[in-house]
Amino acid sequence: MGLEEKLPSGFLLTTVEQAAGWVRKSSVFPATFGLACCAIEMMTTGAGRYDLARFGMEVFRGSPRQADLMIVAGRVSQKMAPVLRQVYDQMPAPKWVISMGVCASSGGMFNNYAIVQGVDHIVPVDIYLPGCPPRPEMLMDAILKLHQKIQSSKLGVNREEAAREAEAAALKALPTIEMKGLLR
Amino acid sequence: MSDTTPGTTPGDDGAVPAPRESAGPEVIGVRKGMFGARGGGDTSGYGGLVRTVALPGPSHRPYGSYFDEVADELEGALEEQGLLPSNAIEKTVVDRGELTFHIAREHLVRVASTLRDDPALRFELCTGVSGVHYPGDRGRELHAVYHLRSITHGRTVRLEVCAPDADPHVPSLVSVYPTNDWHEREAYDFFGLVFDGHPALTRIMMPDDWQGFPQRKDYPLGGIPVEYKGAQIPAPDQRRSYS
Amino acid sequence: MSTNHHAASRETTEGTVYTVTGGDWDEVVRSAAKADDERIVVNMGPQHPSTHGVLRLILEIDGETVTEARCGIGYLHTGIEKNLEFRNWTQGTTFVTRMDYLTPFFNETAYCLGVEKLLGITDQVPDRATVVRVLLMELNRLSSHLVCIATGGMELGATTIMIYGFRDRELILDIFELITGLRMNHAFIRPGGLAQDLPPGAVDQLRDFLKTMKKNLPEYDKLATGNPIFKARMQDVGYLDLTGCMALGATGPILRSAGLPHDLRKADPYCGYETYEFDVPTTETCDSYGRFLIRLEEMRQSLRIIEQCLDRLEPGPVMVADKKIAWPAQLALGPDGLGNSLDHIKNIMGTSMEALIHHFKLVTEGFRVPAGQAYAAVESPKGELGVHVVSDGGTRPYRVHFRDPSFTNLQAMAAMCEGGQVADVIVAVASIDPVMGGVDR
Repeated sequence: MGLEEKLPSGFLLTTVEQAAGWVRKSSVFPATFGLACCAIEMMTTGAGRYDLARFGMEVFRGSPRQADLMIVAGRVSQKMAPVLRQVYDQMPAPKWVISMGVCASSGGMFNNYAIVQGVDHIVPVDIYLPGCPPRPEMLMDAILKLHQKIQSSKLGVNREEAAREAEAAALKALPTIEMKGLLR
Repeated sequence: MSDTTPGTTPGDDGAVPAPRESAGPEVIGVRKGMFGARGGGDTSGYGGLVRTVALPGPSHRPYGSYFDEVADELEGALEEQGLLPSNAIEKTVVDRGELTFHIAREHLVRVASTLRDDPALRFELCTGVSGVHYPGDRGRELHAVYHLRSITHGRTVRLEVCAPDADPHVPSLVSVYPTNDWHEREAYDFFGLVFDGHPALTRIMMPDDWQGFPQRKDYPLGGIPVEYKGAQIPAPDQRRSYS
Repeated sequence: MSTNHHAASRETTEGTVYTVTGGDWDEVVRSAAKADDERIVVNMGPQHPSTHGVLRLILEIDGETVTEARCGIGYLHTGIEKNLEFRNWTQGTTFVTRMDYLTPFFNETAYCLGVEKLLGITDQVPDRATVVRVLLMELNRLSSHLVCIATGGMELGATTIMIYGFRDRELILDIFELITGLRMNHAFIRPGGLAQDLPPGAVDQLRDFLKTMKKNLPEYDKLATGNPIFKARMQDVGYLDLTGCMALGATGPILRSAGLPHDLRKADPYCGYETYEFDVPTTETCDSYGRFLIRLEEMRQSLRIIEQCLDRLEPGPVMVADKKIAWPAQLALGPDGLGNSLDHIKNIMGTSMEALIHHFKLVTEGFRVPAGQAYAAVESPKGELGVHVVSDGGTRPYRVHFRDPSFTNLQAMAAMCEGGQVADVIVAVASIDPVMGGVDR
């Protein structure tokens, strides 16, 4: 985006990466994307007992243009899917997505005509959070894990390198159907 | 099946609700076997089992409870309007403590407004319409079921109207019960029931460009197989099932 | 194909950005723009922080005045009614509990009352199960009203009310978690009774809760009831008189705010509600403020009912005696955190082959329900929640239709908002308290 993307690989870039990651993770602005049951738990997380304010992100943004985290909380219907993608496109980069609950992650128990079987069909997902609905503690755990991810995210040439590595790893990964072991 | 659904008039192609056999229970299908296994060898020993599926048939007076009073009042009020009750009310079923009038669809609006306006009936609250699809009920596949509640008298009554798949038209009750606006749109959206006279009969739940009517029995559930480690579990409607 | 009207794309430095619109939206805006007055069409939602979920409001605005208001719903349509047709009758409770996710126990009870009516076992449900059902429903009424008041306050900009509401709701969820193991989506009420008995300590915690709640409820009065800003925003907003309520089929607090004390717990009692002492509050104001007051008063009445429930709890079974319907094992939480009953496993695996067969049949196949149809209705916090269940004599529902009060009440939105200010739309929708999970199912 800015100057930091133009830095050459090396000590300077990693230092900037650490600083940028620290700043970014410390003030993540979530966009409200409450859909169903999980939205209530998401609101609970922001309310008194669980107090998401401790992590500097209690203010849920009404407008996607001021947000950099989308918590997809609930089942995404076929009718909602284009809306969700539009909201995601309106968010400025860098942006992250937490898929909250099984319905958003995989369709969950609603394996039918109406529900998109996993929000990763529409937007790239950073954290999949299981549960129906996940407890507020689980959501906070997911958010903290995302903070770690943001902290260690790369910039500039390092980011391109990381993306290449991730793609190579994904191409080599064993498909689920060919995996052995317990049925899960 | 065939003995309860005498063929429709030739040339009409089933476009008129088939007349109802008033004597026995209403047969809506036949169930074969025990475990729903089709296309493979039957090892259960129950493959030859054939059972008819029938909904409760018409009841005879006295119906019990407040039902006789409601039926009397309704029949009387319809007669006053010059409508022969037996033409409008195809049959009356009392089952599990509930009263159901099966109404000929052309008389539905008249019956509903009578039920609402007659002081002795006064069913002022309609709790919407529920569509039911009976593919086995030839000539009367689509049913629209209305539950009416009388706050004044503390009573409930059910109206049931049917239409064939070939001509899925039922008169709209929006003029009598404006609350049915969205309910009828929902029944149209899910079952393709066309409510004649509805002010704006469009899809309400599904996207506007959706194809088909998803809650009909001939519409698949639409699930996808779920992949696990080394196994694939088919969608719920594709699995072997009981009954 | 030429350009796709529903997904136009443009190139940016970040890559291609698709702008996806629904149907003829652009045409509506264009034709509205042609009129040379102040009239604009505003699309509010389906993703908007103040619309109470994924509700889409299409408002035609002349200056600050709403001249026409319409709802777009279906953005949370989940196909639950269809999914139910592929699961057995007991599994159905896990689906219906997720419909209106703020009132899970009402959904479950209504569904189970319908199934029990079809089975003809309404009278055989044990007393303890019925009392616990009432207890859970009234707790649920509290938590649902608390969320309504909390989110309603938040939408007005009163964040403090939201913090208070969720604080008290947490107390109720703690009890739900103790009793059912889950904070939401419980599937605890089953056809024939309950999944299991109350755990030890539940009654004590409930009595503690009653004490706390009696102290906390007056705080809402102090915070909101007399608050001049709150009153100025709520009074005479979202007006719907009795004629409008009856025509639109509105029930629940909306109908009672118009002065008609219609409550199914009194009018058509179920679960023994006729034996409990409580009042049905009404106001004559027909507005959002009246609905707020009614919800507050209903919470006090719910506390009264919960107290009576606690006094009535007698030891006894919580599932019908009929072994053809009752779930085979009384579940107990094992050391591994799973809900198996070790005694029952010992019985079916070690002692009785017939018990094993019976268990297997009931769990995999389920029980058969005689063919027919039934309608059961309960008074949910939002109004009349009706269930139309149809059976074809099989082990799975043939058709289940929920008449959700949110769905019907939301139709009244246009009647409440048209002619008012844009800001009042939010208040009116909040006073209807629609939950989109229930509206769209």
